[in-house]
Amino acid sequence: MIRKLTAPPIWYGIIAAILLILPLVNDSRSTLILMTQIFIFAVFAMSYDLLLGYTGIISFGHAMFFGLGAYTVGIWMNRQDESLFSLLMAILVTVILCALLGYVLGVVTLRLKSHFYAMLTLAVAGLFQVGAEKWRSLTMGNDGFTFSIPEWLMDRQLFYYIAFFFMVGGFLLLRRFTLSPLGRILQAIRENEQRAESLGYRVLHYKVISNIVAGIVAGLAGLMYGLALRFVNTGVFGVDITLDGLLMTIIGGVGTLVGSIIGAALIQIAHDWLTDLAQVHWLFERWIILFGIIYILAVRFFPQGIVGSIQRLADRWKERKM
Amino acid sequence: MEYILETKDLTVSFGGHVAVNGVTTGFPKNQLKSIIGPNGAGKTTFFNLLSGQLKPTKGEVWFKGIDITHRSPDARTRLGIGRSFQITNVFPNLTVLENVRLAVQSQAGIHYQLLFHFKKYRKLEERAHQILEKVMLDHKSDFLAKNLTHGEKRKLEIAMLLALDSEVLLLDEPTAGMSLEEVPAIIEVIRGLKQENRTIILIEHKVEMVLDLSDSLMVLFNGQLLAEGSPDEILRNERVQEAYLGGLHDAS
Ligand SMILES: Nc1ncnc2c1ncn2[C@@H]1O[C@H](COP(=O)(O)OP(=O)(O)O)[C@@H](O)[C@H]1O
Ligand SMILES: [Mg+2]
Repeated sequence: MIRKLTAPPIWYGIIAAILLILPLVNDSRSTLILMTQIFIFAVFAMSYDLLLGYTGIISFGHAMFFGLGAYTVGIWMNRQDESLFSLLMAILVTVILCALLGYVLGVVTLRLKSHFYAMLTLAVAGLFQVGAEKWRSLTMGNDGFTFSIPEWLMDRQLFYYIAFFFMVGGFLLLRRFTLSPLGRILQAIRENEQRAESLGYRVLHYKVISNIVAGIVAGLAGLMYGLALRFVNTGVFGVDITLDGLLMTIIGGVGTLVGSIIGAALIQIAHDWLTDLAQVHWLFERWIILFGIIYILAVRFFPQGIVGSIQRLADRWKERKM
Repeated sequence: MEYILETKDLTVSFGGHVAVNGVTTGFPKNQLKSIIGPNGAGKTTFFNLLSGQLKPTKGEVWFKGIDITHRSPDARTRLGIGRSFQITNVFPNLTVLENVRLAVQSQAGIHYQLLFHFKKYRKLEERAHQILEKVMLDHKSDFLAKNLTHGEKRKLEIAMLLALDSEVLLLDEPTAGMSLEEVPAIIEVIRGLKQENRTIILIEHKVEMVLDLSDSLMVLFNGQLLAEGSPDEILRNERVQEAYLGGLHDAS
């Protein structure tokens, strides 16, 4: 897992080029929307991977950050004017709120054993969902609300590019973060917390830092999600958002940021496809059932995910050559 | 005598079982003191109390004149007490080099650097390679730690301790589980450390191995400090003979 992805940079270049050209050759609304969703969820999944794959923290409530970002931009744009300045302020507020939430939650609960932490995050995300439902004056309750965004942002094609660069930026930043000296310590903590401690590292500090960074990134993904839909409701705090992130990370391969991107693409495309199939049979609408099945199969037969498995094959091949 | 590390009435019990019982002792600066005693005597538990993995039920631990009884393990490492583990305790899915590099990084005080690429710190990696050479593990530096043989993992464990470069070194049965031909080299590494003027505390089950290495020894038996003194004194001590050395040949 420590080894860097073996794919040569040329591949990244080719894929990036294809994605850059795509809207020019295929500007169908549904494709653009699907791709935009993939980019946004890829960032969310990468933030989840930072916790799960790099630090070894299991959270069942990661949607709390996502939802916080989505609601922040919605409420902010509704109360302020729909200028670029308001949007920048909404971004700033999202970052601050998510950092605060990540910090407080981390300091209070990351001391706990990992399964207690997982349960607590589930409860906290649930609280946010209930809060969003009950605080009607601010959130319009369960139904949610639509909001306006700067006019130029409504251009689907432009928004596609913004989401694309959001993903690329998120990837590069998180990659640098995980390859920094501090990022290496996170991986040590994932591998053996007690040993990291006995090397002189304050484990709790690192877990909290990881939680804050993952929280901010997830919050920004939620903000982008809100911007894409121009609508927000309590669903953004839902367990299925977290589970999607979890599944994307696991299918793609934990501890490999690229894997989260691939996982996000697969899951979003599957979502899309199943929604179409729902007309054929109602079972296909029950995403959660299929989620459970895929999850079990993935963990049972494919624990390292796509990228993890490829890396292992490449490693084996290299060792044989040696 | 000037002690760098001291314990006062150090006691810990698990349920009803007192694993370390009222141990008061001291470790002279820049000397090598060995802890011997049969299996289950409480040697590892005593280390856990020194390094902070366990909190005592009673008693104190002092380091350079400060009470560190309530300091966390990581704080004690930063103060200058490094340890290795009897049961191999490494980062299994990281490479051998990375295992050691992380220890070097901690020693260099690079704890919260998140802007640069870790490869920018070339010195750390070079130092990690040097240490791996010292324990004869450099040829395995690209292997994942979990793919090492048992003996190699023991060497890695020692390399990580060396990388911490701490004033006090706690070594818990460093050669346990190594093949016989690997042992002398590790003993030489420890002898080398001794010449560098460091305080070393060495747990060893096999007494013959440490007699000529140790400046002094202490004997733990059923959690209690049975005796301490120079190697000669320990060999001649009647209680030690009865309780431990007498039964040595059938015990080990
Ligand atoms: N965490 C623990 N919980 C309960 N009993 C323990 C624990 N750690 C050690 N012991 C017990 O304390 C005694 C001393 O163990 P240990 O310190 O490992 O001995 P040694 O290292 O001298 O072989 C043993 O009887 C062991 O079972
Ligand atoms: Mg022991």
